[in-house]
Amino acid sequence: MSEDERREADELRREGAIEPEAEMGLRPAAAGAGASLASGEAAAGYFGETLMIEQQSLGGEVWRRFRRDKFAMVGLAAIIIIILLAVFAPWIAPHNPLTQYNDGITMQGMPVGSSAKFPLGTDTLGRDMLSRILYGARVSLFIGIVANGFALLLGVVFGLSAGFFKGGIETLIMRMTDVMMAFPILLLAIALSTTVFSKGGVWLLVVVITIVYWTPMTRIIHGEVLSIREKEFVDAARLTGATNRRILFRHILPHLVAPIIVYTSLGIATTIVFEATLSYIGVGVQPPTPSWGQMISMGQDYYYTAPQLVIYPGLAIVITVLAFNLVGDGLRDAFDPQQRRR
Amino acid sequence: MIATDETLVTIEDLRVHFPITSGIVFQRKVGAVFAVDGIDLEIKKGETLGLVGESGCGKSTTGRAILQLIRPTTGRVLYSGADLAHLSGKALRKQRRRMQMIFQDPYASLNGRMTVGDIVGEPLLVHKMGDRGQRKSKVRELLETVGINPNTLNRYPHEFSGGQRQRIGIARALAVEPNFIVCDEPISALDVSIRAQIINLLQQLQREFGLTYLFIAHDLSVVRHISDRVAVMYLGRIVELAENAVLYESPMHPYTQALLSAVPIPDPSAEELRRPVVLTGDVPSPVEPPSGCHFHTRCPAAREGLCDVEDPQLKIVRPGHWAACHLVTDDDYPHIRAGENDLAVVDDLAGGHAGEGGETA
Repeated sequence: MSEDERREADELRREGAIEPEAEMGLRPAAAGAGASLASGEAAAGYFGETLMIEQQSLGGEVWRRFRRDKFAMVGLAAIIIIILLAVFAPWIAPHNPLTQYNDGITMQGMPVGSSAKFPLGTDTLGRDMLSRILYGARVSLFIGIVANGFALLLGVVFGLSAGFFKGGIETLIMRMTDVMMAFPILLLAIALSTTVFSKGGVWLLVVVITIVYWTPMTRIIHGEVLSIREKEFVDAARLTGATNRRILFRHILPHLVAPIIVYTSLGIATTIVFEATLSYIGVGVQPPTPSWGQMISMGQDYYYTAPQLVIYPGLAIVITVLAFNLVGDGLRDAFDPQQRRR
Repeated sequence: MIATDETLVTIEDLRVHFPITSGIVFQRKVGAVFAVDGIDLEIKKGETLGLVGESGCGKSTTGRAILQLIRPTTGRVLYSGADLAHLSGKALRKQRRRMQMIFQDPYASLNGRMTVGDIVGEPLLVHKMGDRGQRKSKVRELLETVGINPNTLNRYPHEFSGGQRQRIGIARALAVEPNFIVCDEPISALDVSIRAQIINLLQQLQREFGLTYLFIAHDLSVVRHISDRVAVMYLGRIVELAENAVLYESPMHPYTQALLSAVPIPDPSAEELRRPVVLTGDVPSPVEPPSGCHFHTRCPAAREGLCDVEDPQLKIVRPGHWAACHLVTDDDYPHIRAGENDLAVVDDLAGGHAGEGGETA
């Protein structure tokens, strides 16, 4: 079955799902089964496809829509490749990223260009650029994903409690985020990483980024919860006697999945840039651990003579960030309720 | 009449005032929306009590306050002896089994992330009714009762039409075997062709399960069709309460008269004779309701020095018929009606309307 045929079948089935209403409507007293059977052929498809319909869950539908978005699919492919490259960097990388090769540096002490041995050339200390970029991906992705994970966790816990319980808790949490957001985040991060977390290290960077980035997520979740908790299905659940816990986890949290996924993918992109920025300034990942931002910072003095020192790590950042942004945008469109009705 | 029948829900001086606050950290109250401003009502077992009024008059808020979805500011809601307004936590959750609600918007009232089976089965799960298998067969039974194919219980709400969704909402309300259901404009959001089906379903279920309805609507003809008694609301208060036939045939309160005279008649010759009482002005803001009788600013019969000063109480004007108007109980009220051409026409008209209603019923 080609994709177009399948889409057509989907459409037909949806029409089929609506049709029995007309039949049933004439005799509301009649049992549902009998009434919809009366719609003849439509009913055959109606029952026959029950199994397929079970697959028509939220995830399935979002994926169906996401797949149609060419840019998002390219972004997804890029992310998968980047993740694979990062995970298998020790096997893929031609050299140790920390080894300084004698033949990786010219007599004048300049980095060499691309060659069979060093596909992307070397840096100012004679280290292989390709290997360093591959290992740098590990740092960027690790920080991007883990820091976002923590920011997300804090954001969901704080945003959910603020939006659902309201009152004093809400005031406390939301005013706290206001205060946090009033800080210039770069300055805050620099201050944190040069004082409290001055030992460097990837984990400390994760903590710094989490502290800086939990606020936007909190705000987003808070806003979403405020709108969801006023929906009638929440009232209905309350009327059935559901406890707060049940309403939170069964009725509100599932509706947060879409914004969480979308903003996480966009957030990872932002975080990667932020990490690069910190490393570029010199307060992020400390040498010799390779990091894209730090590589750019080291290479900038040689920009005229050896532009590849800046261009390759720069490209790595651009491609990674673009990929996450494309996927984020694609997901947002796929989840968008306006589009869902189309 | 009321005294002989068993009362299921008693509402005493129910008030819901939404505070208007200002300030970010330290919120202070700067005013209030008097959404529901003193309602007394008795809902009898097995009846359908219609609650009508314009948009924003507090109908829905009343319904929600009765079910404690909105906690009343003051007042009591007695349900089989217990005062719901002062229950909370577990005790309230227990009582909720007995009272349910059917919502206006079938698109907003079903959780789109849950299957139909989960939606209808949730009340059973919450109240730990039966084991897994029993619950599932109960869900199928419920879906069948409301006319939904029980094989569709693995589907999601967005795969159903508005009318079907409303049926699913009804099935959910029925799951806990309630006695009392608040129907909050259950058909307003539906296609005209589907409305009659839902109304018929509600009536059929009422007969089958002995349900009591509080039917909130702004559509006077629908309320007339389904209700036993009708209460008319204006700006947070009940202005008139009477049996269906009585209210539509001889409305006593000037507001009810105006409201009824606005209903078009599907008979050209009668429609030509209809002279609606056109009320001037808008409904005043519930933030600053008028003094005295809330209706005096628009009432064609309002009397200065009385209507704008004193709150009229809901008084019995004849057996089974209450009205909150200073003038109806006056000796010279008939004089006012005769003197007011427009109001007199309403009287004739209501008679004609009743005949027409009889034919369709």
